[in-house]
Amino acid sequence: MVMRAIDRKVLRDLWHLRGQVLAIGMVVAAGIAALIMSLSTLEALDETTAAYYERYRFGDVFAWVKRAPESVEQRIAAVPGVRTVQARVSRFATVDIEGFAEPVMGQFVSVPAERQPVLNQLVLRSGRLPGEGAEDEVILNEPFAEAHNLASGEQIVAVINGHRRELRIVGTALSPEFVYALGPGALMPDDRRFGILWMSHESLAAAYDLKGAFNSVSLGLERGANTAQVLQQLDRILEPYGGVGAIAREDQLSNWFVMNEMEQLRTMSMILPTIFLVISAFLTNMVLGRLVATERGQIGLMKAFGYSSSEVGLHYAKFVIGIVFVGSVIGIVAGTWLGRMNTQMYADLFRFPILLYRPSTTAIAIAVSVSLASALLGSVGAVRRAARLPPAQAMNPPAPTVFHRMRAWNTRAARWLDQGSRIIVRNILRSPTRSTMTMLGVAAAVGLLVLAMQWNDSLNYLGQSYFFHAQHQDATIGLAEPQSDTIVRDFEHLPGVLAVEPMRIVSADLSVGPVTHRGSLTGLKSDAWLQPIFDDATARVVPVPPDGLVLGTVLADKLGVSIGDRVWLEILEGRRPEVALPVVGLVETYIAMPAFINIDALNRMLKERPSAEYVNLLIDSRHEAEFYARLKELPMVSAVMLRQAAIDSFYNTIVEHIMVFITLFSSLACALGFGVAYNSARIALSERGRELATLRVLGFSRGEISYILLGETGLLITIALPFGCLLGRGLSELMAASFNTELFRIPLKIEPSTYGLAVIIALAATLISALIVRHRLDHLDIVEVLKTRE
Amino acid sequence: MITTLTARDLTKIYRTGEVEVHALRGANLDLYEGELVVILGPSGSGKSTLLNIIGGLDTPTSGSVRFRDHQLTGADESELTRFRRDHVGFVFQFYNLIPSLTAEENVALVTEIAKRPLDPAKALGIVGLDKRLHHFPAQLSGGEQQRVAIARAIAKQPEILLCDEPTGALDSETGILVLEAIDQVNRELGTTTAVITHNTVIGSMADRVLHVADGVIASIEENAVRRAAAELAW
Ligand SMILES: Nc1ncnc2c1ncn2[C@@H]1O[C@H](COP(=O)(O)OP(=O)(O)O)[C@@H](O)[C@H]1O
Ligand SMILES: [Mg+2]
Repeated sequence: MVMRAIDRKVLRDLWHLRGQVLAIGMVVAAGIAALIMSLSTLEALDETTAAYYERYRFGDVFAWVKRAPESVEQRIAAVPGVRTVQARVSRFATVDIEGFAEPVMGQFVSVPAERQPVLNQLVLRSGRLPGEGAEDEVILNEPFAEAHNLASGEQIVAVINGHRRELRIVGTALSPEFVYALGPGALMPDDRRFGILWMSHESLAAAYDLKGAFNSVSLGLERGANTAQVLQQLDRILEPYGGVGAIAREDQLSNWFVMNEMEQLRTMSMILPTIFLVISAFLTNMVLGRLVATERGQIGLMKAFGYSSSEVGLHYAKFVIGIVFVGSVIGIVAGTWLGRMNTQMYADLFRFPILLYRPSTTAIAIAVSVSLASALLGSVGAVRRAARLPPAQAMNPPAPTVFHRMRAWNTRAARWLDQGSRIIVRNILRSPTRSTMTMLGVAAAVGLLVLAMQWNDSLNYLGQSYFFHAQHQDATIGLAEPQSDTIVRDFEHLPGVLAVEPMRIVSADLSVGPVTHRGSLTGLKSDAWLQPIFDDATARVVPVPPDGLVLGTVLADKLGVSIGDRVWLEILEGRRPEVALPVVGLVETYIAMPAFINIDALNRMLKERPSAEYVNLLIDSRHEAEFYARLKELPMVSAVMLRQAAIDSFYNTIVEHIMVFITLFSSLACALGFGVAYNSARIALSERGRELATLRVLGFSRGEISYILLGETGLLITIALPFGCLLGRGLSELMAASFNTELFRIPLKIEPSTYGLAVIIALAATLISALIVRHRLDHLDIVEVLKTRE
Repeated sequence: MITTLTARDLTKIYRTGEVEVHALRGANLDLYEGELVVILGPSGSGKSTLLNIIGGLDTPTSGSVRFRDHQLTGADESELTRFRRDHVGFVFQFYNLIPSLTAEENVALVTEIAKRPLDPAKALGIVGLDKRLHHFPAQLSGGEQQRVAIARAIAKQPEILLCDEPTGALDSETGILVLEAIDQVNRELGTTTAVITHNTVIGSMADRVLHVADGVIASIEENAVRRAAAELAW
């Protein structure tokens, strides 16, 4: 079939205007790519996690006991809803690695010899499972092995139950249970100082005097099982054996962190791309409106031949669909690719052994239809306006606007403005809508840039606040059991220790009415200064009150309490006391949802003599080596957290990952900014071609007419920049307000340099487009422009 | 004589801001079937306005236009569109070709929506452009472009052909070529034709010459003999 002439015109016009088509396409593509990238990453990670958990049988329920005989397993299996039971031994112990000065903690977990456990199976990355009767065979989790360059066949030493044992590495593995391998009390994974070590059940049980018994259990539930009821019954069964409260998968440490990370991603994936898509849609709408408006003459002509308004409308709809199609293809390809990159990065962070990725069809559908709809709306308006005119009028260039003789212009201002500048100012004033649109476009692009780039500032600020203002200790030592606070003196005597501060953290349920939060209670000395209560809102240390609770505002909001209200506390350790305590202070924190209490009050509540489970230390760096050497010999040490390591880990994992995401968004914002700037200049050129050619005929030089055209765009953009910065601030506020997970909040912090960079990028985009347009202006064929109507 | 088109008491007032321009002040006009009329008058006298109104490109402020037995005054947008599509062909001073379409496609643009169109190639043949079918407007001279515009206007076999200063942008030699094409169409196809010009010489190729002055038809002149376009010179 031969293509109709009017359709051929669509294709030819698209080709003829390819520069602009591509530029608008980029604006469209930026919005589409942002959404596809985000939603695809999110969906892929959701699916990958689910598949990983499913394939390697991640447990549904976890519980710990002091010691339960194997017979209890039968009773647990009999609980309705329970499908599989995996009883095992799990303990923390120090590990000594040759050539690594600092102490390393290991979590030892038992697995059956020579076969996979029924739940929480290992993803063997190298080597094999521990053999039957081989008492010294161990499998390391892969990141830990890699951090220390350990491979199968090598030896490590661990202090198991007080005995130094030489262990032989027979393999490396990953596990759905330890996607996030966190040491006791640690906030960030640190693969150099914490590892998971799997050994055969037999040998580990023997080492910890747990033969015929277990101290950890994981359950697989039947589909549709009532988890709450299972937890309750499990708690009842385990209570006599020293159970410390069973948890569901959602509260399992690794999974909780993974889910939290996903939640952050979800928030970012919803808000940023939505803002992007809305702005890109708005800009597409505006740019296409203007582009079609320049087609006024051709619209009149087609109507003169007898094409109806709706036929003309359809014609431009096809044109617009063509542009959106180009944009969509770029957007889908870019979004899919960026999404894969982003997903791969997260999968590497989590070390998922599998990766399921496909572009989100939902995202594609939403993004393309939003872009298309806004583009069509923008052009329909312009076609309607042109088609409503009698064709005789539409075919003529728009009647010269009646320039109101603004007195101010003729008298004062005009005197100090040269002819060109006066033309610029008059042009801006005579088409306020168009001028506003150009400014809005630039402002939107700058706003997006600020929004994307302020993350760096916010995260840096968060890191500064958390690691440098709120903490001053060099190391935090976790103890295997609560120790009498005379331990402080023992630590004071270690070489290089300048100050010691005891701390106690107990897990607890905090509830008010029906709302319960399972978290922890941090006990601090009233004169704590190494790790005090720090209010991020005021950047001040808050004194530890003698009695009552100081809550993080997020926790207080969750519980719905304010100062003076009482919170019901159930301590999940020791004698498990239950008390109601008043809230005596609130502090804002960016990380976690802390609850603070005076350590003495906590110990009194627990009916224990003054004791501590953690000590914060200030260490003289000159004696570090000696200090570590002595620390390794201390039997009660269960965890060592170095502030520097935590800082490194914060910047290397969280910040780095968010920054990749943000860099992607910044580049999309740049693409968008460039698209807007280029189109504004190009459309101005076609709207004003005749006028400029006339000026050339009248003797204006190329430089002068460039000044008139580009000066107009330049002036508008200059006015728009501050508004863009303001918009960026507003969008960032919106983002910060919605980015609010239990794990952390984002402070709103925008450095002046960020505004500066956004402005520079916008100016650069404008300058590049201006140069391209300038090139066209220089080749403006005066006679041609004056002669032809189009 | 059969009247193809009748216009009575046409007035047209343009308003731009506070300025009012009376472009037509009660013009009366008849176009008879098959005739060639030349509309003469100084610039700004209202010729284009008159032509646009009788061609359905614009609406008068008052007065009536009748095409055969259709009343055009008061017709709605879609009726005017139908009228232009089915009955009128236009030729403008600045050719107004679609730059992104070839000569043949520019013609096809119109024939594709016409009721009994000529083949675009044949229409271009009539104006002597059978060798230029696949050229884009930018690749054609002004006279050739205008002849494409004429081919485009006649290809739908309109009842009325309206030409607004078709030679205005052309030198005399090329202008004559264009007028020859118009003359030929009028004679061979019998299309009722009105040609606007401010060039009095062109008047002698018409059956009748209408003189427009200050928004009215000031006088009508009938030529006993129509001179061939080729004989004209200015
Ligand atoms: N769209 C318009 N707006 C305002 N005035 C117009 C418009 N079109 C024509 N005029 C004015 O109407 C008068 C007649 O114009 P026109 O019919 O184009 O004259 P002609 O074709 O005889 O040169 C002129 O004074 C012209 O300035
Ligand atoms: Mg005229």
